[in-house]
Amino acid sequence: MRSILECENLSKYYGTTKALDSITLSIPQGRITGLLGPNGSGKTTLIKICNDLLTPTKGKIRIGGFEPGVETKKIVSYLPEKTYLNNWMKVSELINFFKDFYTDFNTDKAYDMLSKLKIDANTRLKTLSKGTKEKVQLILVMSREAKLYLLDEPIGGVDPAARDYILETIIKNYSENASVIISTHLISDIERVLDDVIFLKDGQVILSKTVDEVRDESGKSIDALFREVFRC
Amino acid sequence: MPWELKPDRPIYTQLIEQIELKICSGVYPLGSKLPSVRDLAQEASVNPNTMQRALSKLEENGLLYTHRTSGRYVTEDVKMVQKVKDRLAHELIQEFLQNMKRLGFTEKEIMSIIAKMTGGADNA
Repeated sequence: MRSILECENLSKYYGTTKALDSITLSIPQGRITGLLGPNGSGKTTLIKICNDLLTPTKGKIRIGGFEPGVETKKIVSYLPEKTYLNNWMKVSELINFFKDFYTDFNTDKAYDMLSKLKIDANTRLKTLSKGTKEKVQLILVMSREAKLYLLDEPIGGVDPAARDYILETIIKNYSENASVIISTHLISDIERVLDDVIFLKDGQVILSKTVDEVRDESGKSIDALFREVFRC
Repeated sequence: MPWELKPDRPIYTQLIEQIELKICSGVYPLGSKLPSVRDLAQEASVNPNTMQRALSKLEENGLLYTHRTSGRYVTEDVKMVQKVKDRLAHELIQEFLQNMKRLGFTEKEIMSIIAKMTGGADNA
């Protein structure tokens, strides 16, 4: 299986803090991977490095063969932990904005998802609730036909019904050439849709397996295993 | 029939069991065409790769077969489905017996309870 993302001894230090400590990873094409770990374990740091928002202190990272930069931004669709969209813009304007920016943006798909989630494209972002804003942002990200989707906490702020729809959207959009990396704390909600899980702890990979391997070997769900490994 | 997945066992083995059950109970009749991997995955809200794995295993076991271009079908072999039914029945009864024994019933007592409940003529 060809891999879309590869890290080799990747490290990121903030002063003396090791946010990422020599991570070696390979994410194959066509897989949905859960990036799981407690707060401060390095999930967001890793995702930010993938998006060229942080530069690694040491080590190598390649996405589709390229270092993070202009080339990788064409194939990576990124949902950040915080919203960066302009509040004064209408949803329809945001869609045009994304269409201008990304050649792989599928407008029909975006409008289809908006209508499924009953969001009016003529409303301005600032008049929407926090959860609805998050839905809009996720719709924009999932409407791209990217090679790699990097979703940082995509379901944290939305209600369970919308959560189900979002997971369904991820399954539906799954294609054999696209991979999805989801970082989240809400493990029990997403573990059915994952192929693989990666546990991060103090900037290190402590487990990297398929979901069914974990269940087979431990007789536990990912959620239960997580609670055991990271017991406070 | 909704898809019920338990958290403590591999997902794909549970998918296999549930599809077997759906075939035995006639939800997917003999010789009928199965929905696509993607549709099945969505229905069960599981990862398409996991569903694919379950279907491949069922194909290996002969319960499903792929028609080169038109998709995946349930076998037309009545005997094979009967075999699966027998196995599932065996498993269910085994589980039932275990639970009853845990409650302290002997096999004889179990049999007489069953006979009473089903209106069995021989013990009446």
